[in-house]
Amino acid sequence: MSDALEVLDQVGQWKADGKGVAVATVIVTWGSSPRPVGSQLGVDDAGNMVGSVSGGCIEGAVVKEALDAIKDGKPRLLDFGVSDEQAWDVGLACGGKVQVFVEKVN
Amino acid sequence: MKAETLAALQDARVKRRAVTLATRLSDAAEALVYRDDAKGELASDAAIVAAAQRAMDIGKSETVDIGGAKIFLNVYVPPPRLIIVGAVHIAQSLAPMAAMLEFDVTVVDPRGAWATTQRFPGVKVIQDWADEAFQAMGLDVSTAVVTLTHDPKLDDPALEAALKSDVFYIGALGSRRTHAKRKERLAEVGITEEMFARVHGPVGLNIGAKSPAEIAVSILGQIIEVRARRLEALSAPKVAAA
Repeated sequence: MSDALEVLDQVGQWKADGKGVAVATVIVTWGSSPRPVGSQLGVDDAGNMVGSVSGGCIEGAVVKEALDAIKDGKPRLLDFGVSDEQAWDVGLACGGKVQVFVEKVN
Repeated sequence: MKAETLAALQDARVKRRAVTLATRLSDAAEALVYRDDAKGELASDAAIVAAAQRAMDIGKSETVDIGGAKIFLNVYVPPPRLIIVGAVHIAQSLAPMAAMLEFDVTVVDPRGAWATTQRFPGVKVIQDWADEAFQAMGLDVSTAVVTLTHDPKLDDPALEAALKSDVFYIGALGSRRTHAKRKERLAEVGITEEMFARVHGPVGLNIGAKSPAEIAVSILGQIIEVRARRLEALSAPKVAAA
């Protein structure tokens, strides 16, 4: 929980600095996912990150989607897991599955 | 997420106020749900508010299906807090151990010679009477209170204030005999036997603890147990329904 609050502080700071910002949140997990539901990753329009939604395996893909969300303002629901070819590509090798919600901070 | 929502979450954290952020995944519409209040676009949906408050009670974030819409409930609860009344020897073991367990620890004692930051490095120390300190801090459901002074002048007002709040754990150091006398004294200020039953005394799990560090372990073991059982009990109806 303290992690999540640290993310909110940084996101608030970016926002106050006039940057475009998005927040990604783990909303569902199956199996041995590295981060619990509610874990958050904040992303600014330069691709800077705070927090985490995995052990580092899917952050790259999430940041890409977050940058798109900052541009078009639309929320996104992302699935990562063993059943997902792309997830293997980005390397959620722990065998878990996670669903991540990405939204722009307006 | 709206910028106002972000600000409200930060404000709730500073005030140690529990809040659930409900987000409809299809369009990112939101509600901020508190124990006694709800704000935002989804706040008029009673089912969402009820689910958000339940999630808050259990302390667990989750995605739920309400009326065909997927709603994510993100729970932001203040970290558990341990208030130790009495800056005594046992407190010097209890405070760092509790901090290791990620409790937000505060030591309260009106006696200046005891309540020093030197004796309690890295922990909040308040040199004041417990009831006054409590009033300033605000006791809540994620707080545990332990009295260690052995001195009725210091312990009793702390217990009285804790018993009139909804803290999740109250423990008082002292033998069975001391504890029985304590019950009699508190009865005089309106603490009924039923209310007094919330006090764990003699404090701690019965593990034969002798040294201050062992007593600290027994107290923390009991606090962990009480907290876990409470969360289990709150989660139970959902398991039964599923």
